[in-house]
Amino acid sequence: MTEQLQELAAHIELRQGDLVSSHAITLDELTLEATASDIPALIDFLKTDEQCRFASLVDITAIDYPGDERRFCVVYHFLSMYRNQRIRVKTYVREEEIVPSITGIHPSANWFEREVFDMFGVLFSGHPDLRRILTDYGFRGYPLRKDFPTTGYTEVRYDEVQKRVVYEPVSLTQEYRQFDFMSPWEGAEYVLPGDEKGEAK
Amino acid sequence: MMDGDQSPRGYEDALTGEQRIRNFNINFGPQHPAAHGVLRLVLELDGEIVERCDPHIGLLHRGTEKLMESRTYLQNLPYLDRLDYVAPMNQEHAWCLAIERLTGIEVPRRAQLIRVLFCEIGRILSHLLNVTTQAMDVGALTPPLWGFEEREKLMVFYERACGARLHAAYFRPGGVHQDLTPELLDDIEAWCESFPAVMSDIDGLLTENRIFKQRNVDICVVSEDEVMEWGMSGVMARGSGLAWDLRRAQPYECYDEFDFLIPTGKNGDCYDRYLVRMEEMRQSVRIMQQAIEKLRAPEGQGDILARGKVTPPKRTDMKTSMEALIHHFKLYTEGFHVPAGEVYAAVEAPKGEFGVYMVSDGTNKPYRAKLRAPGYLHLQAMDHVTKGHQLADVAAIIGTLDVVFGEIDR
Repeated sequence: MTEQLQELAAHIELRQGDLVSSHAITLDELTLEATASDIPALIDFLKTDEQCRFASLVDITAIDYPGDERRFCVVYHFLSMYRNQRIRVKTYVREEEIVPSITGIHPSANWFEREVFDMFGVLFSGHPDLRRILTDYGFRGYPLRKDFPTTGYTEVRYDEVQKRVVYEPVSLTQEYRQFDFMSPWEGAEYVLPGDEKGEAK
Repeated sequence: MMDGDQSPRGYEDALTGEQRIRNFNINFGPQHPAAHGVLRLVLELDGEIVERCDPHIGLLHRGTEKLMESRTYLQNLPYLDRLDYVAPMNQEHAWCLAIERLTGIEVPRRAQLIRVLFCEIGRILSHLLNVTTQAMDVGALTPPLWGFEEREKLMVFYERACGARLHAAYFRPGGVHQDLTPELLDDIEAWCESFPAVMSDIDGLLTENRIFKQRNVDICVVSEDEVMEWGMSGVMARGSGLAWDLRRAQPYECYDEFDFLIPTGKNGDCYDRYLVRMEEMRQSVRIMQQAIEKLRAPEGQGDILARGKVTPPKRTDMKTSMEALIHHFKLYTEGFHVPAGEVYAAVEAPKGEFGVYMVSDGTNKPYRAKLRAPGYLHLQAMDHVTKGHQLADVAAIIGTLDVVFGEIDR
């Protein structure tokens, strides 16, 4: 398996070396890295090249790394049913950077790009219909960003008096608990609650 | 003058009221019985012909991926049951495979066989629901009643294996939670013998049924190119003649040891997909019988968990060994740590390729977990495949796409 992937990686490197900034094989999976502007050209090559034929798009998603200069990592997964291989393409983008859409190459990218926009606020240029998809009508914020609280900001309930559903700011009867079971002997790099004096040592 | 020709060429005043036709927008769902859950479709109709179909999804969005980021790997496992809730264990399987590949755990043989057995039960659960409710959507009431009776029996097997009828949480990283009793294996085998008779009953009701064929043949024809373009998988791909099955193409667990056939369709219409699902159920029964046989063989005996840091110690060890007790406590509070890295693990779920893309940063919680649901892509193609069909066919198409909103909305 790994040999085939190495061959494939060498082939892509040879044919489209200037589009790929790096490649790696880990856990029997080939990952390519490219700059955002090169994404459509690279994906078109992967789809049409005889040796690749990555004709079906499996997934598009993003990962948030707050604090990094290029905050979001947009990840594409492709599958070639003809060659029985998978490939992953990654691109790192800044928060305000716009990624070119690949809906022209893979129509199935439509909803995936809408989802990435909905969840992370990454914009795609050339997308035919970049609306929110999974969140509520009129939702604000990008839920899968790390700085978005798990509880959200608003809650809804049916109001008996007004006879309609009303939106209100979230009010928790108890603080949202982020359980932390990290062992104090290994890995914990913070002052344990109640152990503030211990730090003085 | 042409009907409906409204080009501004100076004869507008000659148009009668009847000729001033505009397209009609209607709302389908979210409370429609044929919508298979909470789907809202905005349909633009020209007479009875669908011109545009805009699915509004997300009404069942629970933020699973967000919740997963603040829970340990083991605590996240039950969330997978709640995605495609008609075949819960197949989803858990993908999650466990992802963790096992990142940590490099080898699953014991008995656990692998149990997983195969229950994945096939899940496949039958899902296909039974789909085939029979598809029949209900096009007007038959008896098939769902018969199908649900068999589903009930299968869910009793679920219950006897793990205590829950639906939300099993039975597959665990490194194996399965509990061993099966010999009596349960006997009963599953007895069911495998009685099920083909039920299959032929449903077959007799539907396969040559005039109304069923009128409503399904040549509806929603999907070609090979469309399968690629819209990223379809599973029965949607096989119904169009692509013999693509991850169990065969990229075998996981011990599927390569099993003898089964992959049915494919010829025309890629709703009827072919129905036939493929029926045949897949028969093949699943075959796999189940082989799995039971292998579970009884001497090689199929042994432990059901790869004992180590990610799995709990034996109950008996905990009575005598302090280390085992500490291990148990730490496992269920802190949870195990997964080495940093990323992995995409896919399984052939009943509805198509279900995948988990997991990014680990070396702690006890996933940094990011993306759940790739097959129904998401199938529903996306809705606009493409319904164009030009009649309004009544929309129900048949939703049925054949096999959508479940637990996995689409996540």
